[in-house]
Amino acid sequence: MLYRENGQFKTSYAADQQIFPITQDRWAIIGILVFAFVAVPLLVDEYMFRAILIPFVILSLAALGVNLLVGFCGQITLGAGAFMAVGAYAAYNFHIRIEGMPLLASLLLGGLTSAAVGIVFGIPSLRVRGLYLAVATLAAQFFTDWVFLRVPWFTDYASSGSVSVSNLQVMGWQINNPLNKYLFCLAILTVFALMAKNMTRSAIGRQWMAIRDMDVAAEVIGIRPLFAKLSAFAVSSFFVGTAGALWGFVHLASWEPAAFSVDRSFQLLFMVIIGGLGSIMGSFFGAAFIVILPIALNQLLPAIGDLVGVEISTAGISHAELIIFGGLIIFFLIKEPHGIARLWSTGKEKLRLWPFPH
Amino acid sequence: MSRQIGEVILDLKQVSLSFGGVKALTDISFNVREHEIRAIIGPNGAGKSSMLNVINGVYRPQEGEIILRGQRFTKMNPYKAAQAGISRTFQNIALFKGMNVIDNLMTGRNLKIRSNLIQQAFWWGPARREELEHRAKVEDVIDFLEIQHIRKTPVGRLPYGLQKRVDLGRALAMEPSILLLDEPMAGMNVEEKQDMCRFILDVNDQFGTTIVLIEHDMAVVMDISDRVVVLDYGKKIGDGDPDEVRANPDVISAYLGASH
Repeated sequence: MLYRENGQFKTSYAADQQIFPITQDRWAIIGILVFAFVAVPLLVDEYMFRAILIPFVILSLAALGVNLLVGFCGQITLGAGAFMAVGAYAAYNFHIRIEGMPLLASLLLGGLTSAAVGIVFGIPSLRVRGLYLAVATLAAQFFTDWVFLRVPWFTDYASSGSVSVSNLQVMGWQINNPLNKYLFCLAILTVFALMAKNMTRSAIGRQWMAIRDMDVAAEVIGIRPLFAKLSAFAVSSFFVGTAGALWGFVHLASWEPAAFSVDRSFQLLFMVIIGGLGSIMGSFFGAAFIVILPIALNQLLPAIGDLVGVEISTAGISHAELIIFGGLIIFFLIKEPHGIARLWSTGKEKLRLWPFPH
Repeated sequence: MSRQIGEVILDLKQVSLSFGGVKALTDISFNVREHEIRAIIGPNGAGKSSMLNVINGVYRPQEGEIILRGQRFTKMNPYKAAQAGISRTFQNIALFKGMNVIDNLMTGRNLKIRSNLIQQAFWWGPARREELEHRAKVEDVIDFLEIQHIRKTPVGRLPYGLQKRVDLGRALAMEPSILLLDEPMAGMNVEEKQDMCRFILDVNDQFGTTIVLIEHDMAVVMDISDRVVVLDYGKKIGDGDPDEVRANPDVISAYLGASH
């Protein structure tokens, strides 16, 4: 009953092209932002920040980047972890080698470096597609793994390849406790998500989607596949690289190449598949599903065990966690192959018509 | 008729195209005059679609050249063709299925977009202005094709006849000077065919667009086109106005089978 657009008439194309054309959606998003920036910091303890919220925010940003490439431009990639690594190590090198480099500049330069590397590893996409492209992007993963382990310059000649940063601040604002870290990452995520939404609703996003849906027709109406595909790789790698820099600087503070292994690439790809390909919202759903669910299960299972009076061993819990997690992934993929975002939008469509079925 | 058929705008000279050992087109020459409706007909496999693909650069002919407004192209590519004002529709609808009707038509405006990626990322100044400007143009096309009611529907959900109409709309959104239509009426019922004929004639009449079309419905072809090219097995067997072509013995034998 509350979710209706009756009587909300648009009298200009500008009003019709807003990100949230429905008034209720606008209020909802304002509500979510206020909740995330104001209410969460008041409600949540340090453990929650460190174990759940900060990883969730940063991986959402990375998933957003992967989704721009895989979901919007249709170019499958298994190199996301590599681009996170490039972002992190590039930001690290800018940070330590240039005196007085502001933190934000280091992070963004990390992202830009990653974008440049992304373009290079995107070149195979001009000739190969689908699974073959996935294998080609996997090369990026092995290449960066090798570079950051074997070329000591990138890790500032640290013996184990492990690097660390400290004393993070943005214009005098110390980013030293979990709360400030969370707010910092969240602010960046908000700006990037807005950018992603703007790109997908303007000409560049239409070029990506046209290439994804029907590349011959796209070429015939004057879209250059070279520009569309490589720009998608660049923007995607920029997002993923910035996320990688945040992961290293803010979340881990000291890290080694193993932090960005091929597992991370798979994890990010699963996030966008489960969350919903070609949906900004889906990236958040996917990140939430993959980051929060295992932890929630871990906490929940012993509680359920207590409730029914069964003692579950720690090993048993971690096994059960994997079983349930895998089961849920399969359930979601069968129930809705287009991801959680599609369930969400179907739900919204139903709600608009409720109580009538059509 | 208000329209005036003008000079030769597109001239194909001795075009030959083969795929490995298969000769799709052999030594074909014909021209298209400005503002006219030019039909290409022929039995299945005659090379009609290949002909269109050569004109807008999807296929590169091994021999021959294309002269477009006095400019010679030995190697056309789709991007150059689009810039030169050639747009087309497809035989088996090649719409962008994941996008809605407005976005599909907006892709047709792509060549006219000037704002860059960063302006678009921030929805800033020129990018925002352009979106509104092109949206207004796209709405004109939507009005012209009478598809207002489906403007926000994802095209994958539309029935076949409407998809064909949206495909035409995307080509029209480019404001082409030459429009290539590959079987615009295939698989349609009588009413849909009538609508499509009306749109084709209106486009030709109101915007002065030159139209090259492939069609199997002979009644339609003979009715709306000014001149007709007939292909058979990749060779040109007839060329002229509809009555001439209808009387051409080669054409009759190609369609009905010769009595030897």
